[in-house]
Amino acid sequence: MEIKVTVNGTEHAADVEPRMLLVHVIREELGLTGTHIGCDTTSCGACTVLLDGVPVKSCTMYGVQADGREITTVEGLLEGGALSPMQAAFKEEHGLQCGYCTPGMMLVGTALIEDNPDPTDDDVRWAISGNICRCTGYMNIVKAIRAAAANKAAAGAAPSETSEPANA
Amino acid sequence: MVTEREEIRGLGHSVKRVEDDRFIRGAGNYVDDVVLPGMLHMAILRSPYAHATLNGIDASRAQALPGVVAVVTGELMAQHNLAWMPTLSYDTQAVLATDKVRFQGQEVAAVIAETAYIAKDALELIDVDYDPLEPIVTPQRALESDAPVIRTDKEEQKDNHIYHWETGDKEATDKAFEVADKVVSLDTFYPRCHPSPLETCGCVADVSPATGQATIYMTSQAPHAHRTVFALVAGLPEEKIRIISPDIGGGFGNKVPVYPGYVIATAASLLIGRPVKWIEDRTENLISTGFARDFHMHGELALKSDGTMTGLRVSLLADEGAFHADAQPSKFKIGLFGIVSGSYDLPTCHVSADGAYTNKAPGGVAYRCSFRVTEASYMIERLVQNAAYELDRDPADLRKQNFIEKDQFPYESATGFVYDSGDYQAAMDLALEKIGYDQLREEQKQQRDDGKLWGVGLASFTEIVGAGPHKDYDLLGLRMNDGAELRIHPTGKAILKISVQTQGQGHETTFAQIVAGELGIQPEDIKVMHGDTDNTPYGLGTYASRSTPVSGAATAMVARRVREKARQIAAHLLEVSEADIEYDEGVFSVKGAPDKAKTIQEVAFAAYTDLLEGMEAGLEGVYYYDPPNLTFPFGTYAVAVEVDPETGVWEVKRMVAVDDCGVRINPMIVEGQIHGGLTEGYGIAAMQLITFDESGNCIGSNFVDYLLPTAWETPKFELGETVTPSPHHPIGAKGVGESATVGSPAAYVNAVIDALRPLGVTNVDMPLTSAKVWAAIQEAKATASS
Repeated sequence: MEIKVTVNGTEHAADVEPRMLLVHVIREELGLTGTHIGCDTTSCGACTVLLDGVPVKSCTMYGVQADGREITTVEGLLEGGALSPMQAAFKEEHGLQCGYCTPGMMLVGTALIEDNPDPTDDDVRWAISGNICRCTGYMNIVKAIRAAAANKAAAGAAPSETSEPANA
Repeated sequence: MVTEREEIRGLGHSVKRVEDDRFIRGAGNYVDDVVLPGMLHMAILRSPYAHATLNGIDASRAQALPGVVAVVTGELMAQHNLAWMPTLSYDTQAVLATDKVRFQGQEVAAVIAETAYIAKDALELIDVDYDPLEPIVTPQRALESDAPVIRTDKEEQKDNHIYHWETGDKEATDKAFEVADKVVSLDTFYPRCHPSPLETCGCVADVSPATGQATIYMTSQAPHAHRTVFALVAGLPEEKIRIISPDIGGGFGNKVPVYPGYVIATAASLLIGRPVKWIEDRTENLISTGFARDFHMHGELALKSDGTMTGLRVSLLADEGAFHADAQPSKFKIGLFGIVSGSYDLPTCHVSADGAYTNKAPGGVAYRCSFRVTEASYMIERLVQNAAYELDRDPADLRKQNFIEKDQFPYESATGFVYDSGDYQAAMDLALEKIGYDQLREEQKQQRDDGKLWGVGLASFTEIVGAGPHKDYDLLGLRMNDGAELRIHPTGKAILKISVQTQGQGHETTFAQIVAGELGIQPEDIKVMHGDTDNTPYGLGTYASRSTPVSGAATAMVARRVREKARQIAAHLLEVSEADIEYDEGVFSVKGAPDKAKTIQEVAFAAYTDLLEGMEAGLEGVYYYDPPNLTFPFGTYAVAVEVDPETGVWEVKRMVAVDDCGVRINPMIVEGQIHGGLTEGYGIAAMQLITFDESGNCIGSNFVDYLLPTAWETPKFELGETVTPSPHHPIGAKGVGESATVGSPAAYVNAVIDALRPLGVTNVDMPLTSAKVWAAIQEAKATASS
């Protein structure tokens, strides 16, 4: 089946089997291997991508269901070639170890702080509770997502000294 | 004259990780990301039965499916003498079944196809004729005289008993029990669980028909050892085998063994002449690869009435699954379980163990622990708490009374280990202070009066890691030594090649810091290379917290070796004798004339441009480290919980972890390791369970049934540290990756048992699900009212 998806701002056309999972379309048809596979049962979140800005587990969707829609993967997080606040915070706060869950965690975090610019620890823990990390014990992931929110708010406030902070 | 230099960020600095740069961009290269031209895909057909005779396989329908290239069966493997392979415990394991299937999930056939989807489709078209046999799902049943023999393939095997093994002095221990004032005992089952790294196991095998070169990209924690095993198993010349461990998405022991899938994919690539990729799905990972624990234990502690511990004895029965494939040093049938005397000055200790075959997956791995140390630590720490109750003593006080004191180190334990260093009292004092122990006990009284179930649990563990000295430690005869190779380039930048394999521990950062500490080159100027057997020195890999104790030591030693050559060059450049050169933080200066100096970068340039006549060019070295002893990290963990008496749900209110892992290379990374270990320990204590029904069906074959802690229920951790350097390690480090998984399960469980103490509950076996805790409460209440 012919589908058209916009991935990280670029429109792609692909001819895929109707049964092909979205994660395989992304990894194999589009060659974007930053999206990982961890469990096959929608439990671990390693395959998380943003579908029209909302986190979804791409192992539990067919590629054809993404026809005409917009997808963001980890490769699309860079902002003008520079690390996004979320990416930078994950490094700064040691929010990753083996790196396998990291793309999903960063994407969920990105969507969270879009909706909630100043999340509490519990807000973050609830938001990422569909994503499993086996290395970090989540402590530094929570710190990283909160730091990203703070940094993003500060950056948003910076250009004009008179403007209010985003979360004031 | 050397100008002011920036501080060298060697040991003790929380340097940000270099490996993060690729991972946060989605640019890691895990095994499933490897794509080679002409690559085929493999899927494995697995047995639905736990125990059955295999009468025959008809693959004709699968073979006829368009896109299928080959179907591999045990019969085909047998023609190449590859139907069976050796295990790490001197047993054999079926690569593909030929005679019987011996556990649910055992490899029966493999399909090689153009796509992964076609390969999986074809599995459905393979017809296998089985005759089910009685499945043996407990080691107790396995050892009954009328139990069917599982290993009928082994002529000498007439029953299901694998080994009997003892350590310690039985006679002296029995005597201590005869004269003891008090004997406290505990029967407990440390259940089977699975490490479940987020990335499953897999490989891409690429054997060139033209050259015979075999390049295998593989999820391996021990690529060098695996190369040698491949050479021995497949009869391939070792120089033509190249194992590449790409980025590894977590290991925790799961990626130590050689699995049948690796062997089948390699054989298929050799026979077909195209690369073959095999990636497990999660169910395959959970039902067929390295499990952990599965020990049925009985422990007894002998004490004087004043609380002095005088003896410890443990007998245990290990459920080894269908093939004895434990990954552990050859001489130790139940690993380093002899550490069971823990942090206590126990004059006698005796352990007696038996292992049995059952119809379950094989491969007892050291899941984030050093060879059965977790089971040992759990036993002693649970026993000590029960002993305190029976003697009406505070569990912290009873521990303190019996701790090995800091002036007793080096301390030889009753099972023959020589503990390198420790200050158990200091670690415990800090943990108690941080959690506010005395106050918690006061609050607990109040809460109990109000009918609430509040508990405080401790664990003061001692680990034994960093195997090990060649005299006692080997895997399949291979010394557990590791190499490091260091080359300093003319511009003063460096490359360090190591034998161990990171799976998230941050070796690319911390090993550069070790070199930085020894040579004064900034960590970001040192590239660390690992995971490619063609391009790194030999060594046995990363597990049992051995990277820092063994390979980290090799790294420090090779840097010192290079520094000696640098000193000679500096002496030449400064026109003084070598004895007149002083070294400090990357600067070689003349004694008494500090303004006459050369930096390591200047010396490195001279090593390729300006040498004394006759001196060998270059600045590099290699070092193989044979540790003189193991290292013994320790700590005290303190947990406060509240149990809901109506539901059995328990919640961690506080979790304080004080670790002493000797010198910390990168405190940020150490803390991250501890957070992770505490979470896995919590998972094991609370939810992670692989069990089987009476037919041998694996319960826990996916992440819906096999529960892992998420961010929501994972406790928040408060960390503390003491630093007692290892006296024999070049930089005083002990290793830390596993302390928290080893120490924490007993702390969580002790806290819950402490909460239930007013009801008279003395044991609930892990995992402490709310249903089990609730049932224990009901039973205790029923007993009390009867």
